[in-house]
Amino acid sequence: MLLGVDTLSVSIGGAMPLEGIRFDIRKGEIVGIVGESGSGKSLTALAITGLLPLIGGRVSAGSISFEGTDLTKLSPRERRAYNGRRIGFITQNPMTALDPLQRIGEQVDVVSRLHLGLPPHAARARTVELFRQMRIAAPEAIAEAYPHQLSGGMKQRVVIAMALAGEPDLIVADEPTTALDVTVQAQIIHLLAEEVRNRHIALMMITHDMSIVAQLCDRVAVLYAGRVAEVSDVRALFAHPAHPYTRALIDCIPRPDMARGALTGIPGAVPAVADYPSGCRFHPRCPRATDLCRTQVPALVTDGRDSHACHHSLRDTHG
Amino acid sequence: MIDRSLSVLKVALGSFKGRVAAAWLLVVIVAAVFAPLLTPYAYDLQTLSQAFQPPSASHWLGTDEFGRDLMTRLMYGARTSLSVSVVAIGLSVSLGLVFGAIAGYFGGRVDRAITVVVDLTWSFPEILLALILVAIIGPGVTGTLLAIGVAYLAQFTRLARGQIMSLRSETFVEAARSLGASDSFILAHHLIPNTLAPVLVTAMLATGDAIILEATLGFFGLGAQPPTPSWGGMMSSGTAQLFRAPGIILFPGLAVALTVIAINIFGDALVAAMDVRSRERKA
Amino acid sequence: MFTYVLKRLLTLVPVFLAVSFVIFMILHLIPGNPVDNLLRVGSSPDMRAEIEAKYGLDRPLLVQYVIWLFHVLQGDLGTAIVARRPVATIIGGALPYSLQLGGAALLFSSTLGILLGIVAAWFRDRWPDQAIMGGVLLGSTLPSFWMGLLFILFFAVWLGWFPVSGVRGWQSLVLPVLTIGFGGTALVTRVTRVAMVDAGGRDFVLLLHAKGLSPLRIALGHVLRVALLPVVTILSLRIGWILGGAVTVEVVFARPGLGTTLIKALSQHDYPVVQACLLMLSVAVMLGTLIGDVLQALLDPRMRHGHR
Repeated sequence: MLLGVDTLSVSIGGAMPLEGIRFDIRKGEIVGIVGESGSGKSLTALAITGLLPLIGGRVSAGSISFEGTDLTKLSPRERRAYNGRRIGFITQNPMTALDPLQRIGEQVDVVSRLHLGLPPHAARARTVELFRQMRIAAPEAIAEAYPHQLSGGMKQRVVIAMALAGEPDLIVADEPTTALDVTVQAQIIHLLAEEVRNRHIALMMITHDMSIVAQLCDRVAVLYAGRVAEVSDVRALFAHPAHPYTRALIDCIPRPDMARGALTGIPGAVPAVADYPSGCRFHPRCPRATDLCRTQVPALVTDGRDSHACHHSLRDTHG
Repeated sequence: MIDRSLSVLKVALGSFKGRVAAAWLLVVIVAAVFAPLLTPYAYDLQTLSQAFQPPSASHWLGTDEFGRDLMTRLMYGARTSLSVSVVAIGLSVSLGLVFGAIAGYFGGRVDRAITVVVDLTWSFPEILLALILVAIIGPGVTGTLLAIGVAYLAQFTRLARGQIMSLRSETFVEAARSLGASDSFILAHHLIPNTLAPVLVTAMLATGDAIILEATLGFFGLGAQPPTPSWGGMMSSGTAQLFRAPGIILFPGLAVALTVIAINIFGDALVAAMDVRSRERKA
Repeated sequence: MFTYVLKRLLTLVPVFLAVSFVIFMILHLIPGNPVDNLLRVGSSPDMRAEIEAKYGLDRPLLVQYVIWLFHVLQGDLGTAIVARRPVATIIGGALPYSLQLGGAALLFSSTLGILLGIVAAWFRDRWPDQAIMGGVLLGSTLPSFWMGLLFILFFAVWLGWFPVSGVRGWQSLVLPVLTIGFGGTALVTRVTRVAMVDAGGRDFVLLLHAKGLSPLRIALGHVLRVALLPVVTILSLRIGWILGGAVTVEVVFARPGLGTTLIKALSQHDYPVVQACLLMLSVAVMLGTLIGDVLQALLDPRMRHGHR
């Protein structure tokens, strides 16, 4: 096991937007983290990358073990050694992800200089090679450019190259393409998956797009309102979802046989942290909700690496 | 509206700093308003035999080179300094609201013309603007008052314009317009009242700056002319006695400093209190 | 870059025209006949005629302005009423002192202010921040002329470290620079702190941390550079403030300079000198914004490439 997240809770101020998160990632595995906005996906990414303090949050319970080391117990300095070197990070919006005043190349060079100890020339050669792998045309020229001279898609390729530069074992990608044009989204996401597969790196990919999950991921963790709804193998998940929320997400995927304009979301919205309902947090929007769901928090039932938290699991009816 | 102001005030007075600042401001205002009742001396009573007295029971802060009671002059000085500053800022606020509202509401060419003038004056330090105006109007209370009023006009025009622009597209304005309300009605009943809170807080902080500006002009001998006492004027005449009687300069300066600091602390407390209030309402 | 500076310079032309027109109008807005305001009481009719002819005082206002501006641009600022010397000579004598004081004060305020701003932002909401911000409150609320007088009392009279007034040697520059610098530093510190905190919360900082860079390196190597952009903008807009401070402080320390010249001329109703001083100070303010823009362009590649 490369990464094990166990009963992780995160608090910001007095609120606890993340509670009892549990899932794991093996070497070379692509794991999708899905859920609507506000379900706590980005916070999970920030917790794993150790960036919570920057937004005023902290891990209040649980552990994040990376190859057996509990990252939450490390000092800031020890923790920092993992960033860039063992864990790469790709942020949501490439438009604002780069230092506007520094040349692109220098921003990538620094990773291999810092973590692999490369001298400046070798680092630049490596940066250019990474750019080439990311199918960036004229990589030497791009390295000399400033961020504002690049398109959004190009910037995200740079950010991915930056995440790869330290030869990490895990890349955390927080909705890496949502801010991009639809036309380049697919291109970039497949490029990312391809590079990750080639290098046998694990990828934790946050997305709200179930079709991307179906195409690229090995496993899936579904989050809802700061808790785990379901964790499962991708095939099993799509064939037999246990949680009604997962079912609803799958039903939202547009299919070719659907009538035009039939595209629907799940009715209602994810509650804000201050308004989390009692019991199962999905109950106000759940077609199967009973009084039990309104009062009792469903336990996270574990079966091997899989788990789900629902009083009326769909799998029970499937048999 | 009054309920809200009261509760904001309550929050602002909740902190120790806020209470001390408010208390000092109250003391200064009371001293200024009731000066004739609070002191047995006249501000221009010269008793040359009493010149350069150190602080004592009969002259709490001592006397100046003409034997005038410093405490008395300080209280009367507060009258001049405070009233000039407050009236001057009142002038810039009301004119600024009008100009800013016109610019922000109507936009287009009017807006551009006003913005050009505002930007032009904005880049000039207030003291320079005030000096230009004093050069035109001439020294004295009126000159100082107008000079300060015009010096801060740009700030309030700009603030009001920004506020109006952001409010203009809000739903309640759209609603009023769709109900057939006239431009002047919308401005007077919806937009200007809604910009008042931030404008008033800024006005308060600007009053602090205005007190300094008034004192500076007074120090240059361009403010209230003798024998009318003002804090700046007292310090101006005191420079000649700097080595002999530093108190003549020390006390009015201290009065200016403490008052301006108190205004800033209280103003900041008000800003914070308003933030807290608006956050409570949202949550 | 050169064309950029030229473009900025061109935008200053209308500003200069507007400001100079206001300053020109002083002579016509003050009570009394402009001719009388340009001459000593009891001047001969010949001199009146000469002045009238020189400035075209019988022509329409706009023509008068053009004539006046024409003289000014040629360096002819008229003749001082009281001193009876060419105003240009008086200004020429005063300007170096003001430039020296203003420059030193600007250097002092920006260096110390940026430094303190960084420290305050780094220790945000902890005691060093609170101590610095307390000092900032004092610096931005205490009247500078009063601070100057206190400095004179304390450092010059009691301790005897520096001269009370005058312009002999660098020692005479210390107290005036400290006086202006107290307020100036407060301004720069506040702006820098806000800019650092703001820049530190931007997205790209998250990614810098994710790359494993040390917080100090991120703060000084990346956040500071981005934060300096607004600092430079506001500084260039506020160079006038520091110059304004110089006016006051010159009077307090009885230093020769534009400030003392201006205040003296105001009390003597020596309008040609008043006009010249105000014009000089205004030009300085305008040049300040220009320098700020150029610095900004040097710091920001986006501006260099004509984006934004």
